[in-house]
Amino acid sequence: MNAARELQSVPAEEQQPSKSRFAFLEGWLYLLPSIVLFGVFVFYPMFRTIYLSFFLADQIGPFEFAGLENYHYILSSDSFQSSIKATVLFVLFTVPATIILALFLALLTSEKIMGIGIFRTFFSSTMGMSVAASSVIWMFMYNPSIGVFSKVAEWLGLPVIQWLQNPDYALLAVSLSTIWMSTGFAYLIILGGLQNIDPHLYENARVAGVSYFYQLRRITLPMLSPTLFFIVTVSFINAFQTFGQIDILTKGGPVESTNVIVYSIYKDAFINNDVGSASAQAVILFFCVLALTVLQFKLGERKVHYQ
Amino acid sequence: MTSTKRISLYAVLIICTAVMMFPIFYAFSISFMDGEEVLDGQLLPSSFSLTNYAEVFEKVPLLTYLINSFATSAIVMIGQLLVSSLAAFAFVFMKFKGRDFVFFLFISTMMIPWEATMVPNFMTVQSLGWTNNYVGLTIPFFALAFGTFLLRQHFKTIPKELYEASQVAGISRFRFFWNVILPVSRSSLVTLGIYSFLTNWNMYLWPLLVTNTESARTVQIGLKQLQTQEIASDWGVVMAGVVIVILPTLILLFAGQKKLQKGLTQGALK
Repeated sequence: MNAARELQSVPAEEQQPSKSRFAFLEGWLYLLPSIVLFGVFVFYPMFRTIYLSFFLADQIGPFEFAGLENYHYILSSDSFQSSIKATVLFVLFTVPATIILALFLALLTSEKIMGIGIFRTFFSSTMGMSVAASSVIWMFMYNPSIGVFSKVAEWLGLPVIQWLQNPDYALLAVSLSTIWMSTGFAYLIILGGLQNIDPHLYENARVAGVSYFYQLRRITLPMLSPTLFFIVTVSFINAFQTFGQIDILTKGGPVESTNVIVYSIYKDAFINNDVGSASAQAVILFFCVLALTVLQFKLGERKVHYQ
Repeated sequence: MTSTKRISLYAVLIICTAVMMFPIFYAFSISFMDGEEVLDGQLLPSSFSLTNYAEVFEKVPLLTYLINSFATSAIVMIGQLLVSSLAAFAFVFMKFKGRDFVFFLFISTMMIPWEATMVPNFMTVQSLGWTNNYVGLTIPFFALAFGTFLLRQHFKTIPKELYEASQVAGISRFRFFWNVILPVSRSSLVTLGIYSFLTNWNMYLWPLLVTNTESARTVQIGLKQLQTQEIASDWGVVMAGVVIVILPTLILLFAGQKKLQKGLTQGALK
């Protein structure tokens, strides 16, 4: 986010008053479509969500002021606690694994050898896969009688697991499919970061005759840190917003073991018609994402090495 | 690199490809199988019959869904390109009061998760009568902070002298934007275009909320419908649907992967 700083450092141009008034109007005119759309579809609904969270409300609108009742209610409900637990576990299962896998694949394909383009395309391909399509494929793979996981387990003489029906395994199964879905995007970003590293650094290292792992630890990872920092933030935020794979694979079950927060909001608002409770959960989601972003920026500023 | 190293690198690459591509390969393979082959748990079909493909168009109105998805993705793509490039142009080439504040507003939209605002958004769209049509599926997504930053990054590389010269020659700002800036930024616009088409083609939650008629649904919701209807009976047909839905985006990704990688890294990091 050097951008904000850069903008501020631009000195204001000295202009005649009439000209500058015109520039003022014209400038705002170019920004108007964005401002109106953000106002209607981002800022207004955010404030509206906060407002609704203090009311008893249904899909028509608020009908009774409730103070903090919605918050009391969800924070003490078992359902919301299991939803928080599922969300946190899901984030922990998916984010580190996705990034390590993507980093590994990116390092493998950073060498310029023959046919590398094909491999790069293959590894980024899950980025083109929709959540719905991916989830349907994984649902079949997890099918206990004909899916590939059961066939392999049978072949190895292992017990067949009801991946999506067993509360002990369902979240793990959804996480595994999510890791696969998100690797393509993370890979593409990390590969881009690797290619931006100044090749001279490696030449010097080669002259000095250092080992590959020394080079990885002292050159590649430090130079890659802004990229890694970015992709970690984005992956965290994406993981908090997971919905599609839950809706298709498990519907939040079995026994709410995969009822992650966005699915819980969706269920409360559109199935149980309890908009107040859904809004309170949405506010909590918003603050989680906000805290995470701020925290990462604070940490990032100190730890990240910018070129 | 020694040849042993090279061979082992290729071996690792091939193993990784096999693992990563397996689900996609599996879907293609199943889509050609008849019911019996699927139940046997075979990996490869005995023949490449297209029966499942013909059948999937009869089971759900897939053609309508495809048209809806194409149309809404294209509309959002054009909308995002226009709205984002106008905003990016103002941020780079114009100086006026309040610009920094607006820039801050743009950044703050990236911290508000869309899912946290979906309930009031649904109510807005419903009260405007925008459910079950293209308007409700497209307009809310026209403004995009990420797209604005990505284009702003590219606009900043355009020499300021070009702008000053156009001012001296008395060309209006809008003509300069339309006839000079947009053509020289073609590559960034293509990157953002690919990104926005992909994202919108793959969108799931919003179309699920704002469409409930067959004439308005998109392919992603069609897949859910297909999977719910056909569960445990005819996976070959379901997978044929999956293949039809993923083919356009996979082709787009294969064609634009290099551009996308370069553009996304630039927009994200600088």
